[in-house]
Amino acid sequence: MLNRQGRPTAAGEAGINAHPTFTGNKALAQVEPLLFEIGRYDTTGVDIDEPEAFTPRLGGLERKEAIGLPGLSEPETMRHYVRLSQMNYGIDTGLFPLGSCTMKHNARLNERMARLPGFSDVHPLQPVSTVQGALELMNELGRYLVTLTNMTAVALSPKAGAHGELCGMMAIKAAIEARGEGETRKVVLVPDSAHGTNPATAALIGFVVKPVPAREDGWVHVEDVKERLGPDVAAIMLTNPNTCGLFEPQVAEIAKAIHDAGAYFYCDGANFNAIVGKAKPGDLGVDAMHINLHKTFSTPHGGGGPGSGPVVLSERLAPYAPVPFVHMGKNGFELVEQASDATEKPFGRMTAFHGQMGMYVRALSYMLSHGSDGMKQASEDAVLNANYIRAGLSDLLSLPFGNKPCMHEVLFDDAWLKDTGVTTLDVAKAMIDEGYHPMTMYFPLVVHGAMLIEPTESESKSSLDLFIATLRDLAMAAKNGDKERFTGAPYHAPRRRLDETRAARNPILKWTPPSPVAEAAE
Amino acid sequence: MRYLPLSNTDRSEMLARIGVKSVDELFADVPKNLLLKEPVDLPRRKGELEVERILSRMSAKNVTASSVPFFVGAGAYKHHVPATVDHLIQRSEFLTSYTPYQPEIAQGTLQYLFEFQTQVAALTGMEVANASMYDGSTGTGEAVLMAHRVTKRRKAVLSGGLHPHYAEVVRTLSDMASDSVVTMQPDVSGSEDIVSQIDDSVSCVVVQSPDVFGNVRDLKPIAEKAHKHGALLIAVFTEVVSLGLVASPGSQGADIVVGEGQSIGNALNFGGPYVGLFATQSKFIRQMPGRLCGETVDADGNRGFVLTLSTREQHIRRDKATSNICTNSGLCALAFTIHMTLLGEAGLTRLARVNHANAIKLADQLAGVKGVEVLNKTFFNEFTVKLAKPAAQVVELLAKKGVLAGVPVSRLLPGAGLDNLLLVASTELNTDDDRAALVAALKEVL
Repeated sequence: MLNRQGRPTAAGEAGINAHPTFTGNKALAQVEPLLFEIGRYDTTGVDIDEPEAFTPRLGGLERKEAIGLPGLSEPETMRHYVRLSQMNYGIDTGLFPLGSCTMKHNARLNERMARLPGFSDVHPLQPVSTVQGALELMNELGRYLVTLTNMTAVALSPKAGAHGELCGMMAIKAAIEARGEGETRKVVLVPDSAHGTNPATAALIGFVVKPVPAREDGWVHVEDVKERLGPDVAAIMLTNPNTCGLFEPQVAEIAKAIHDAGAYFYCDGANFNAIVGKAKPGDLGVDAMHINLHKTFSTPHGGGGPGSGPVVLSERLAPYAPVPFVHMGKNGFELVEQASDATEKPFGRMTAFHGQMGMYVRALSYMLSHGSDGMKQASEDAVLNANYIRAGLSDLLSLPFGNKPCMHEVLFDDAWLKDTGVTTLDVAKAMIDEGYHPMTMYFPLVVHGAMLIEPTESESKSSLDLFIATLRDLAMAAKNGDKERFTGAPYHAPRRRLDETRAARNPILKWTPPSPVAEAAE
Repeated sequence: MRYLPLSNTDRSEMLARIGVKSVDELFADVPKNLLLKEPVDLPRRKGELEVERILSRMSAKNVTASSVPFFVGAGAYKHHVPATVDHLIQRSEFLTSYTPYQPEIAQGTLQYLFEFQTQVAALTGMEVANASMYDGSTGTGEAVLMAHRVTKRRKAVLSGGLHPHYAEVVRTLSDMASDSVVTMQPDVSGSEDIVSQIDDSVSCVVVQSPDVFGNVRDLKPIAEKAHKHGALLIAVFTEVVSLGLVASPGSQGADIVVGEGQSIGNALNFGGPYVGLFATQSKFIRQMPGRLCGETVDADGNRGFVLTLSTREQHIRRDKATSNICTNSGLCALAFTIHMTLLGEAGLTRLARVNHANAIKLADQLAGVKGVEVLNKTFFNEFTVKLAKPAAQVVELLAKKGVLAGVPVSRLLPGAGLDNLLLVASTELNTDDDRAALVAALKEVL
């Protein structure tokens, strides 16, 4: 139950909340109302002087009604958002083994570098002569990405991974149209194990998605691809390493088959972290691949963004890269912002400006810090850590594709939970009580009750040992019938399990005032 | 390497536990001839100090907005962001968290998203807002696709006052999706006859206000005509501060409101990351793109928040999803929400008045310079001037004198015959000295 301030008054379960408090707080665990329940319409935390009198030039379109935006003083603002932050789990809190998301350490050096005024306090439409250092940074980042992947060109501007996919698929579509096959090549092959963004992206620009079914070994087989190839196929979207945590051993043969059929190979680079410095996608026959700077190159996930999804392109697709792009001219770095100024054939524009500069700086700072030796080591450690977890749990949990080496993430299914009455979701919630962020659950879809664990290279051996011991303890508890530890979990989080069905059935997507805003504002 | 905790002893012990002799055995599925033997051809690792030196050197080659009289806008605006904002968004629980898929340990993110959605809905005068898009331009592209889903028509009409880059983003997406787009001629005076383009085949009409030339546009007649023909009005803004002073798009009949939120809480960042604001009417929520945060209760009956209506989204619907968006602009949305909380209604409306007042002062001063003609009858904090010389050339000359005067229209619309037009923006940061410097420099070069 909630009282007027939106604070809980229910005591909760005996033993957990045996000593209810007057405030509903539990020491450091503070309950925080919404801004709209504590803010005031006449309060501001920013001191600005009222301007001298002026006659508006808004053509009579001045706002006449109140907006409905409460304010807080600076100390209140600080406290409100600090308290909210304390209800969140981050990488800095503990192990964050979210498979396919690469929650690695976010070095604060990168934050400092992104805030250098020459990067953060420059405008995208300043004269090019005044932003030579910013263009140099973009050029350098591009050089690193092209070198690490052995590709020809890079389109930096996509704003996130899915936006990068869109950019890569648009380049493919442009290339196909340039060949005069726009009307015939409409099919994009997408394995069942792919991220949902792959089919969504292909469909967005008019491709017809055809699945490539999963095999029992977790791999995509070249004969399954060949069977579906024909003059109607534009591309395959293949994730490698794949979402089952495995490197596709037939990737080079698949690439060759695709190319022989006149189609393109789009690689989803979400799992690039496993192979940076170990293998180059260009060597594998990839035509386009997005790189999630917020995964592989550690730009912070920030609670769901901003990300950044540059796309590297093969020689065949490079001419179609969208504007804008940077190149070296006779007077320094130049920015090509209009298709008409390009010698190539840009397919268009992905976004208003030059992409996620703040993320470029962080990613380059990461790359400079690691160097080629450090990036190779990071990939090896990421893979080593995932395999160490596999080795530590293979006897208690179930591996859908057998106990064979994985890449930087290890995939379990829920066969080990058979007859326990405990689900993958329950295990995830019990992990929360143990102080861990859960692994990725129920993805990929090709495995029943999937649990995809990606520890990243940022974890120490002792951290992994404790994690393995914890999961072993949970596995034993499930098998020994301690169902309650799972089905009621989490018991110790800022909230117990939340009712998602109720949220979807009757969507409440904003706060509404108990009385009209205008009244409250007076 | 300072970010990697494993020692060589750890690595050997772990390899032994796994049962392999070398780490390359774990890479056995990589074709042997393609597994790299040596590190790639890039420099080796560097300490913090060295990285700082390299990047600081690059940074120092740029002219920063704060270091000169600065009048550059056209879709990104230099405003003062309180120190509190940047401190709070660097709290590691915000910075290093993921999309809130596990709501029990992500209430911080979810609650601020709920606050963000409420603020955006209020500002735009709409019933619901999503949890952010990448930026205003990509949000506009998504809005057009959404209008097509709602109306089951596939033709968009873009105003000649829409930011040319936004129009290009929409055209790129529409061309690829084989949807049709009509783009009106550049509309410097804000007087285009866009309503005559609206008929029963049109899905949506996309109008920016204040438009790229600065004109404040009356959206009501456009909304009326659109609705008469079953089309939607998509109202776009690139300067969110204007909503503190100008009538909301919702109050003028907009069906979808989309815009750039960078001005509140976010730095210029040379173009990104920014934060797209996206709002609409409740009846359209199931056609909306992007994440939505909703209120619910937990097992103890306590209020909590979750991501909701995810059956619209790619991870559930795959090729039937409303959008392919996954990551959005969470942290930039947080910066927006914190700054907006600090401002409150009182602060935002005052900030808007200061911006408008500064722009009026600047326009009046520039109107007195020989060779400068102010073209706008209406504007908020940005307007268009016609110079006696090509604007690109003037901007270069002024940059050499240490004044960043604005954006030449020819940079956005090359070949449109608008070479002498300059977009000039003025925010709360501009002082009397800044204005005097611009006026003096213009007098010298014109």
